[in-house]
Amino acid sequence: MTSPAMAARFSGARRRRRVVNAAACGLLSAAVVVALIPLVAVLSYVVGRGTEALSIEFLTHSMKGVGPLDDAGGAYHAILGTLEQVAIAAVLAVPLGLAVAVYIVEYGGGRFAYAVRFLVDVMTGLPSIVAGLFIFAFWVLALDKGFSGLAAGLSLAVLMLPVVVRTSEEMLRLVPHELREAGYALGVPRWRTTISVVLPTASAGITTGVMLAVARVTGETAPLLLTAFGYDAIRRSPFEGPQSGLPLYVFSQAGSAFDVAVRRAWAGALTLIVIVLVLTVTARLLAGRSRLPNS
Amino acid sequence: MTAATGTPIATTVRAPSRRRHGDTVFHGIVVVAAGFVLVLIAAIAVFLIAQAVPAIDKVGWRFFTEETWFPDAEPARFGIAALAFGTVLSSALALAMAVPVALGCALFLTELAPRRLGRYVGYLLDLLAAVPSVVYGLWGVFVLVPALVPVQRGIDGAVGGVVPVFDSRNGVYGRSIFAASVVLAIMVLPIVAALAREVFRQVPRAHREAAFALGATRWEVIKLAVLPYGRSGIVGAIMLGFGRALGETIAVALVLAASFSIDIHIFEPGGNTIAANIATKFGEAGQTGRNALIASGLVLFAITLLVNVIARGIVYRSAVAAEGKP
Repeated sequence: MTSPAMAARFSGARRRRRVVNAAACGLLSAAVVVALIPLVAVLSYVVGRGTEALSIEFLTHSMKGVGPLDDAGGAYHAILGTLEQVAIAAVLAVPLGLAVAVYIVEYGGGRFAYAVRFLVDVMTGLPSIVAGLFIFAFWVLALDKGFSGLAAGLSLAVLMLPVVVRTSEEMLRLVPHELREAGYALGVPRWRTTISVVLPTASAGITTGVMLAVARVTGETAPLLLTAFGYDAIRRSPFEGPQSGLPLYVFSQAGSAFDVAVRRAWAGALTLIVIVLVLTVTARLLAGRSRLPNS
Repeated sequence: MTAATGTPIATTVRAPSRRRHGDTVFHGIVVVAAGFVLVLIAAIAVFLIAQAVPAIDKVGWRFFTEETWFPDAEPARFGIAALAFGTVLSSALALAMAVPVALGCALFLTELAPRRLGRYVGYLLDLLAAVPSVVYGLWGVFVLVPALVPVQRGIDGAVGGVVPVFDSRNGVYGRSIFAASVVLAIMVLPIVAALAREVFRQVPRAHREAAFALGATRWEVIKLAVLPYGRSGIVGAIMLGFGRALGETIAVALVLAASFSIDIHIFEPGGNTIAANIATKFGEAGQTGRNALIASGLVLFAITLLVNVIARGIVYRSAVAAEGKP
């Protein structure tokens, strides 16, 4: 049956397949290396240049009265602004997003729930600049409220909402049916079951999702440009007048022609990335402690 | 009222059917919250249109054909032709660079990597997605742009004479559409990789095992079982990445040296995108200027909405199909 010539052909084909397989697997592994090069490059540059420029003064001073060539000033006002704006966004988006997720998972199933779910997914793709433009057109222009930290918080809330809904929805879906059924069997009303059984069970996962959403909007620059507008001095109240934000601060310093400003940009970038990565990593660690199966 | 709306997740047991005020109120609250999502999307469209109309009125249809951007001049001359071109070109280039690498990462994570390694690499890719765009922009303009100059000069020297796209007519490289595309590619890579990974995870184990049982190598399993099964999901993932690249603002605004012309020379400094133009022009814009920027943002909103709706539609269909065939 198998002549020596055929055997040779088969072994040749087998060798070729093996070589192709090895080459393909090598390429796939190389893709991971290629993808991680920018991560290492970005982080090392930000840490390297950032630590050079970062100082206690940077973290405790604003840009009030700092001339274009002065190697002075800092991002205190911007850090303060970011904390306030992100807090406003979270206060608005988290309860609303949770309620939407509860609707989709606990009461959904019909066409309306399907539409809501689909639109929430579509909203995750909303460009952040469009969220900024919307709040600018609606809050700043139509309602004539002017630029403020609150306006920035609103635009960040628009961006945060779909992320909170999606992650909470996934977590609620992981809660075993038996827990709900146990509640109903005890005669506990449905809303009490949702609040006292379903939500606490999913709380670790939801917390993770919320922290990731907070991390994401903390780094958003584009909406701040159109809503908070930027301000050099400390503005404690987010409700009146333009305010700065850390990403916005980095953007404006990076766009400057002067080296001292670019140094401040790197220091701001390091501060920003530390905040964002600490939030992200803590969120992941929390997720590891979830009480839910396979989350 | 409560149990009658659709089929909730716990269909096996009906919740207590007796009407309770608490349930009615709670149900009302969550329905209103869900309705708010629809209202929000409608409000975004309505308010953008309301503020865009005064600007578009001034230039009429030229808004879609004009390349320059002088909205506050008398008479106003502005249009999104060059901006839209730059937006689509830079995003398409970014996808061309990011997609092969992203799919490679996703396949490595689902098909090759040992469980533990896969998890750590997945975390690292998530971190890549977590880096704020302003940081990418800062790094892009001060580190990546200078580093890419010799690369662009080399490609130009090799093929620039034959392929005009790679030719830099003034011999200057740097803050070009190409550099912006590389930054965009880095930013959409983890997004496409994460979505593609979800797609590949849905491929039933039995399909892979069937291929292995026939003596297929790992690569042949990927080629015969994994990729065909995930095809529509991959298309959806790529489109979602495209939508993300279209709307990216700050990194592009920092990297590009803005210019307002339709130009295919991707290595020459210049080019612009809708989103980046809003970021750079907003501070100095007057009344008409702001309305004009909102009008351009409306176009961006419409394009990304379309891309996202189509992409999500594809993903939903493929997810339903995946659930249908266990």
